[in-house]
Amino acid sequence: MTAHDPLLAIQRQIQWNRLIAVVEEQAQTMIRTAFSTTVREAGDLSAGVFDLQGRMLAQAVTGTPGHVNSMMESVGHFLAKFPANTMKPGDHYITNDPWLGTGHLHDLTVVTPAFRNGAIVGLFANTAHIIDIGGLGMGPEGRSVFEEGLYIPIVKCFDQGVPNETFFDFLRVGSRTPVELEGDVYSLCACNDAGAKRLVEMMDEFAMDSIDDLAGYIFESSLAATLAEIALIPGGTYSAFMRSDGYEAPVTLRASMSILDGAIEVDFTGTSGLSQRGINVPPAYCRAYSCFGIKVVVAPEIPNNWASLAPFRMVIPEGCILNAPRPYPVSVRHVVGQLLPDLMMGCLHQAVPDRVVAEGSSCLWNPPLRGGAQVSGQGAEVADFEVITFNSGGTGARPGKDGLDGTAFPSGVRTMPVEATENVAPVIFWKKELRPDSAGAGRTRGGFGQIMEIGAKGDAEFAVNAIFDRVANAPKGREGGGDGAAGWVGLNDANGTVLRTKGFQVIPKGRRLLLKLPGGGGMGDPATRNPALVERDVADGLVSAEAARRVYGASK
Amino acid sequence: MSARLAVDIGGTFTDFALERGGRRWTSKTLTTPHAPEEGVLIGTRQILASAGMAPSDIALVIHGTTLATNALIERKGARTALLTTEGFRDVIALANEARYDQYDLNIDLPQPLVPRRWRLTVPERLDNEGKVLLPLDENAVRAQLEVMRGEGIEALAIGFLHSFVNPVHEQRAAAIAREEWPGLPISLSAEVSPEMREWERFSTTVANAYVQPMMARYLHRLETGLREAGLACPLFLMLSGGGLTTIGTAARFPIRLVESGPAGGAIFSAHVAKERGLEKVLSFDMGGTTAKVCLIDNYAPQSSRTFEVARVGRFKRGSGLPLRIPVIEMVEIGAGGGSIAQVDGLKRITVGPESAGADPGPACYGRGGTKPAVTDANLALGRYEPDLFAGGAMKLHVTPALAALGAHVGEKLGLSPEMAGLGVVEIVDENMANAARVHAIESGKGFTGRSIIAFGGGGPVHGYRVAEKIGVTRVLVPSGAGVGSAIGFLRAPVAYEVVKSLYQRFATFDVAAVNGLLAAMSKEAAGVVEHGAPGAPVRENRIAYMRYVGQGHEIAVGLPSRALTAVDVAAIRVAYDAEYTRFYDRPVPGSDVEILSFAVTVATEVPDVQAAADVADAAAPAPTRVQQVRDTRTGEVAPWSVYDRGAMMPGARVAGPCIVAEDETSTLVGPGWSCRVDGLGYLELERAAQS
Repeated sequence: MTAHDPLLAIQRQIQWNRLIAVVEEQAQTMIRTAFSTTVREAGDLSAGVFDLQGRMLAQAVTGTPGHVNSMMESVGHFLAKFPANTMKPGDHYITNDPWLGTGHLHDLTVVTPAFRNGAIVGLFANTAHIIDIGGLGMGPEGRSVFEEGLYIPIVKCFDQGVPNETFFDFLRVGSRTPVELEGDVYSLCACNDAGAKRLVEMMDEFAMDSIDDLAGYIFESSLAATLAEIALIPGGTYSAFMRSDGYEAPVTLRASMSILDGAIEVDFTGTSGLSQRGINVPPAYCRAYSCFGIKVVVAPEIPNNWASLAPFRMVIPEGCILNAPRPYPVSVRHVVGQLLPDLMMGCLHQAVPDRVVAEGSSCLWNPPLRGGAQVSGQGAEVADFEVITFNSGGTGARPGKDGLDGTAFPSGVRTMPVEATENVAPVIFWKKELRPDSAGAGRTRGGFGQIMEIGAKGDAEFAVNAIFDRVANAPKGREGGGDGAAGWVGLNDANGTVLRTKGFQVIPKGRRLLLKLPGGGGMGDPATRNPALVERDVADGLVSAEAARRVYGASK
Repeated sequence: MSARLAVDIGGTFTDFALERGGRRWTSKTLTTPHAPEEGVLIGTRQILASAGMAPSDIALVIHGTTLATNALIERKGARTALLTTEGFRDVIALANEARYDQYDLNIDLPQPLVPRRWRLTVPERLDNEGKVLLPLDENAVRAQLEVMRGEGIEALAIGFLHSFVNPVHEQRAAAIAREEWPGLPISLSAEVSPEMREWERFSTTVANAYVQPMMARYLHRLETGLREAGLACPLFLMLSGGGLTTIGTAARFPIRLVESGPAGGAIFSAHVAKERGLEKVLSFDMGGTTAKVCLIDNYAPQSSRTFEVARVGRFKRGSGLPLRIPVIEMVEIGAGGGSIAQVDGLKRITVGPESAGADPGPACYGRGGTKPAVTDANLALGRYEPDLFAGGAMKLHVTPALAALGAHVGEKLGLSPEMAGLGVVEIVDENMANAARVHAIESGKGFTGRSIIAFGGGGPVHGYRVAEKIGVTRVLVPSGAGVGSAIGFLRAPVAYEVVKSLYQRFATFDVAAVNGLLAAMSKEAAGVVEHGAPGAPVRENRIAYMRYVGQGHEIAVGLPSRALTAVDVAAIRVAYDAEYTRFYDRPVPGSDVEILSFAVTVATEVPDVQAAADVADAAAPAPTRVQQVRDTRTGEVAPWSVYDRGAMMPGARVAGPCIVAEDETSTLVGPGWSCRVDGLGYLELERAAQS
């Protein structure tokens, strides 16, 4: 028997590879079948496989970090309400509870049991950001979660293969986009089914009665590898803080990170208290983005699972904006949450300066646009529409490379083509291009932001439900690098009318919305930058000759 | 009887296949990168000499080349400018604003082919229905042409928003450019890739412009060279979509040539499938650095409209330049004989995509390579006889192979070098099986009743085990597998595909508009084909790309090749639900369906293939020797007989485990499999019903 042990060891590796491929297929299936542009175009989703204790074995690499820990934790909540031994083949369970799922009502999480020879062997979960869930719509204006949309507790949406029509009735009447929403639920269930089918095929091929041994092997290897990476980080406690624009008042984010023997612990004491509006962050979402910010530096190559994420611990004080309790509003929790990787890198920079990047634009600059009678009443000049595009400013400079221009980080989403957006809503994008002189200067510079100018067809009246940040607080450079340009929100008129960075505002007839997205911070002394690269940026019209002289000391 | 010659230029070798009557000659010469036509002419003279033919015996030359692809990868194309809509200078730089790898802080994104200083804008704007919101500023066009002149621009791409709905502004700008600057090569996005999604359309158009001057020059030199060598016959080019076209069309749309070699391989497989009457096939081509898999149903390779070229993150989806052109759908992964194995931080064996290449090559080549490659692992398992590799042309060295496997894999995992070799081969087989599975799922297809056609140097070695992993019980190894792509060229029809976007919903289907568009597309495609094959009988294939309203990904549904009626429209709607259910198990209730675009392909009829006659059983030859081979499924070492493929007559059958050796490759017949030579001389491996 011992002669076969090496073979078993190799086979377990094959099985782990296979599981990762299975959840990736699950995610790809969702992208192809989803109705919401947020899933199919932007990729705002997540998928994973779990054991019967709710521990995640593997997660699709396709997806976005905000769902990493939050979806992982949610399966435990499903099992608490519906224990595994009560689940039946063909059952699908769903919720959008921000505190049991991934942090706002717009994310649906579906959990599906996998059965082999009549016995439950594992669970599949996935999460998707859907386009509309009623309420005020995507935006910060709610004063409690009850205003933010339809609230779905953990319920069965399919009972042994039969749709729960009562649930679907409630769902349809609660949304501005009922057909798409219902289609998305079908899509989530179908792709969990696809994953379950593949898991069972693998268990048949390798004659596995349970996935417990495989889980043990995955967890053991992942934990050991993660601890080995943590051991490479100089021990100690490192602190950082940063400020974001907030809604009614600026928000201070403060972290103290301790590199321990076998763990990294972050304490958020000193962070601002709760907001009255929807920028509050539920704790699972805080853990997700904090964990991403640490892991991308410390252990980027180790796949996400229950064990590889366990050594990253967060202490989030009660009453702080990163630990929002129910029923505080949380709709646009990303606008604060997506700054957390910058905060984590502020700490890690003190330990491993050559492995972190400068601050970037970081939180997405998604303009939620609405028009028609919901904005203009009977005077509406365009059909009703509700549309959002996913856009980004520049990322922070990297130790050896410039930052990325107009690219999402830390979020993992993609944007959609302007032609496609204009085909689904009566809007015209008059401008969408890079924003010159917005990159923070440095030996390596930040990425450039963008400028976007958006009107309704015929320059009709419309509205934006603003969720923008880094307008009063520009992305900071590191090691002598300059700050990225701050963002700007306003109208295209001659006076340069300024709009608020957050909240519902009407763009009057004849005017357009003008957005200047922030650039990333620079890294290192600009005087040490390769002059050829400065010349290239000047020739490309991205750095003005004046800035080249003033900031970089260029001779011409 | 007239002969046909196929020439496939690859990175290292240029392959030739010559046919007359039922006879075939094949050969290889080294590619001459500085002037690829030289290698073509040298090899042509050689193969004609060995076949005893005169240049005038050749009635047709069919050519495929990686030249355009290489120019895109090595960034050796023309100084290209992009003239685009004001406010949209950076569409090809901003791409989809995403990173293809979430966890790599040092990620490199593909750089656009046209730097920002040559991306020039003019005031103009259409809306999504093609209505003019802002007229084209013609003086601005002239002014930007002056800027381009000053920059020494050699090729121009024009890409305006919504031009696929209404090309009027692009056409007018092109007319001005032709007037002001005769001879400047111009590519219009509305012609190169008339589909929605500005990033993909502009990227494709820019790539076309970028390779156009070089390809036009090359094609001219080749044509002249062939003529001077006495080949006055027509020259056809192989397209990525699997059809042939004339030099004129190829010079206009050279971007459609990028994947011609792999397309030839897929057509080769499709032809083999037809010879054997195999309706469901997985084409499996494993070479030195990559493996390609392609699904072939009813003898037609699957087609697609999207492709990525010049990926900066090795084989990572999203890390290349997007091209929206008709292409044979296949998946290519970094898994070949030279793929290097290592152990990652989680003590897992990984294989590829890094490759040992030809120099130094795998450790067993004895040229100084110290990292273990898949070929080293196969050698460690006893699958190759070191003195008889490649027919004895090359000697393999066991000691450095075992040393490399031990140092980089075995010692890190507590495995012997031989078991490390097993792990490497199992992982690479698993990677290829996973690629095949993903491809099948994405295509809404399965493996039940499917056969594998294995070729390339590694396909026959790894075929049976990949088959086991995906549940396939038949593997076919055709002859001539080393120059499969070139042979495929000889089987391709003269064909052209036109794709156009025209938005339709079934609730408001405009039959007249759709019929008008389809008729115009049919005429355009037929015109291109008629030019290449005057008077030849043709077949037409029409497709609509459809989805539920609100969904993002389309499914192809076939349309009748004639004017549609209301009855047809209802039938198409029903066909969509059926097709969707085949992919995703259940249709979505209550949703209308929309059509995004239409495709029309016109192709010459391919002569009917004679189904292979069954042959009577023949005696198996005696094995030439016995090798001690380790089985990757059980880890056990057993004697495997080795047979000489040349000595196996049609009808001969041998039982696994054994190896059928030939100069180009070895076919492994695993335990539980048998191998019989069919009437065409192909090896047919079958797995007995599972115990």
